[in-house]
Amino acid sequence: MKKGLVILLVFFAALVIYPFIFKNPFPRHLLIMIMLYGTMGIGWNIIGGYAGQVSFGNAAFFGVGAYTTAILLSKYGINPWIGMLLGCFFSSLVAVIVGYPCFRLRGHYFAIATIAVGEIVQILFTNWEYAGAAVGIYIPILEESFFNFQFHTTKLPYYYIVLAMLAFALLVCYAVEKSRLGYYFRAIKDDPEGARSLGINIQNYKLVAFILSAILTSVCGTFYAMYVLYIHPANTIDLWLSIHLCIIALIGGLGKIFGPVIGAFIFIPLTEFTRVYLGSEGQGIDLIIYALIIILLATLRPQGLWGIFAKSSS
Amino acid sequence: MEGVLAQTLASGLLIGFVYALVAVGLTMIFGVMDIVNFAHGEYLMISMYFSYWFFILFGMDPLYSLPAITLIMFGIGIITYYIAIRPIINAPMLSQIFVTFGLLIFLRGVAQFLWKVDYRMIPETLASGNINLAGIYIGRPQLVAAVGAILCYGVILWFLKNTKTGMALEAVAEDKEAARLMGINSNRMFALSWGIGIATVGIAGVLLSTFFYVFPEVGGAFCLIAFVVVALGGFGSVVGAFLAGIIVGLVEVVSGYLIDPSFKFMFVLALYLAVVFIRPQGLMGK
Amino acid sequence: MNEILVIDNVTKRFGGLIANSNISFAVERGKIIGLIGPNGAGKTTLFNCISCYYSADGGKILYEGKDITRETPDGICRMGIGQTFQIVRIFREMTVLENIMIGAFLRNPGRKKAEEKASEVAALFGFSEKLDLKASSLTISEQKRLEVARAMATGPKVLLLDEMMAGLNIHEIREAIDLVLKLRESGITLILVEHVMEGVMPIADKVVVLDDGEKIAEGTPDEVVYNDRVIQAYFGDKYHAKRRKNTA
Repeated sequence: MKKGLVILLVFFAALVIYPFIFKNPFPRHLLIMIMLYGTMGIGWNIIGGYAGQVSFGNAAFFGVGAYTTAILLSKYGINPWIGMLLGCFFSSLVAVIVGYPCFRLRGHYFAIATIAVGEIVQILFTNWEYAGAAVGIYIPILEESFFNFQFHTTKLPYYYIVLAMLAFALLVCYAVEKSRLGYYFRAIKDDPEGARSLGINIQNYKLVAFILSAILTSVCGTFYAMYVLYIHPANTIDLWLSIHLCIIALIGGLGKIFGPVIGAFIFIPLTEFTRVYLGSEGQGIDLIIYALIIILLATLRPQGLWGIFAKSSS
Repeated sequence: MEGVLAQTLASGLLIGFVYALVAVGLTMIFGVMDIVNFAHGEYLMISMYFSYWFFILFGMDPLYSLPAITLIMFGIGIITYYIAIRPIINAPMLSQIFVTFGLLIFLRGVAQFLWKVDYRMIPETLASGNINLAGIYIGRPQLVAAVGAILCYGVILWFLKNTKTGMALEAVAEDKEAARLMGINSNRMFALSWGIGIATVGIAGVLLSTFFYVFPEVGGAFCLIAFVVVALGGFGSVVGAFLAGIIVGLVEVVSGYLIDPSFKFMFVLALYLAVVFIRPQGLMGK
Repeated sequence: MNEILVIDNVTKRFGGLIANSNISFAVERGKIIGLIGPNGAGKTTLFNCISCYYSADGGKILYEGKDITRETPDGICRMGIGQTFQIVRIFREMTVLENIMIGAFLRNPGRKKAEEKASEVAALFGFSEKLDLKASSLTISEQKRLEVARAMATGPKVLLLDEMMAGLNIHEIREAIDLVLKLRESGITLILVEHVMEGVMPIADKVVVLDDGEKIAEGTPDEVVYNDRVIQAYFGDKYHAKRRKNTA
């Protein structure tokens, strides 16, 4: 355990130093995306990996977070940090509205419902004139400052903000895993009826897991909106985003704290690689690769790659 | 005004039959082996491409290539079962969901790789044209598809109720353990359910290809509709799916007519949530 | 009040089939109650009504004077009724200790406390050496024992045990009997649904016999064994003869 802590500290120290070694925009951008997806992957892992409820709709929370921030800032000049909090609130609301009916049922009802919700949210935003419809929203450029959540001369502060978010998500996940919540989540995943017989209100606990997942994802939506300064339905509320989160958690290991971090470090460079090197000729190859990863992992190694890393580090 | 509404209802009804046919395989596979095939819509897409290429390469009209494609899809269903599904029959639901979802991504990837993201359309088929039925214009392809779907549905129901194999399938759906004790080989029944399930969605694909664009993502929307149909009809219920297909077709078209076409799909999805909330077992579910 | 649980005129139907018809009996505090009857008698249905997996169509179930007929399984567990399952439902991916901790968390929200409580319970049930084993690696009889331990960790006053002795060998049944007696000593009220007669008859304070959805007898094991309807419905001539020979 001591050794694990040392590795963790080294890992974070490396992340802190990284931008001083890699000064070009691309490697920094790559790490920002890895950490962003790692954070969302941790969010997905809480509902999918720990509580065992597969969500294909987490992109909806990303979208709600991004849009809440963008709308409040562009229409009313409300500070993006407040937008972040309100985004979390609305995302939690969506989680409750979807989760409440669907958690009474078996897992696949929930999985299907999450797809439906993702699609509904995307259709809504695509047709919602107020929110810019299909064109989306340009975020007004403000003076560069931490308070304004905008940085133009250098993207470096974004790097450290997302690093802090990742650390926060890991902390949340650690707190969950080590507390009653985490044990209950795993019990619900393992045998819901057995969990019920031990006094666990499984529906409520699934809701808690879903809300935590929604909040961690929503925060990332806000970050993304402020980072790219332009959002539209296709880059925020896309089914593929949700799918990527599942893959990231699955690669690293379902229900393992660091699983999604490892998953993001493998998967995000892989997507960048296929995008850059395969180009339009290789269209579809990326999907085939993802598919094989998912099928093979789910069939042969549902515990993910985490075990391999854990073995070499303990 | 009245004419438009009648027109709308007619087209909702016609597409509803096709939805029922798309969904019947999904509900059958679920009923027999408790697995939700998330890739169901992708098989529809594959069969639409078959239909398209049979037309382009050999000049075969979809209505002529239908039997061949049905057989091919039946084979693909069986192969899918043995390669991808059999290893995870006893795996946790999480693995099952991931594997069929992986199939979805795989088939989409293959389609994108082979045929790019272009929209394609069969220009003219035997079914093309319109019919004037007492003042209501009905597309002949839609009519042909609806009639085909009803016929196909009739055959399936007859098969399930009157043949030995069909009854065995129903027995497995009812109680796997009891069926096994009665000497029914559930492994073969599972394979058969995939064969029939994929063949029926294949037929739906060919019928749809006479009036619908073909593109790699075409399965997505249909798959979601099929989920709604199956949930509404009751997971595993073949008859329920038929009724639910019609309801979904009507809801989609009427809400599109009354409110806004761009929202019609949303109403179908909201219907799913409503069903799950109010009557989780669906119309005819156990 | 000495009656901790009262089954009052409980009826449960499935479509046209009446699985339980107007069943009434009372469970006294600190006693072992055997619920027996031939296959299809309605034992499991009644058990599921008491454990709130089903809600009865008619009648009431009172626990410490409170109506729990419409409660949920988790609700009654929080009120103090623990249970096990006919087919074991342990958390297979978790360790033995973690399994018991899930139960212990109910009254001990903190992890440290729950772990302490779970270790205590584990020791009582003879799991001290196996705390870190994966639950799925245990033998069937150990798994059943783990299920009881897990339920006990929730701190129940009443424990419902569904076919605890089914599938165990004679040696294991003896162990199970000792366990049940030990639980009674600690003040727990137990309801045993059993098919295995040898397990229940020697230890039950009271036996309730069901047949064809109805209660046909209630009394001490000895009273019940000599009841004509019970002999007819359940024991058959062979058991009856054997029993006579033994007492003669």
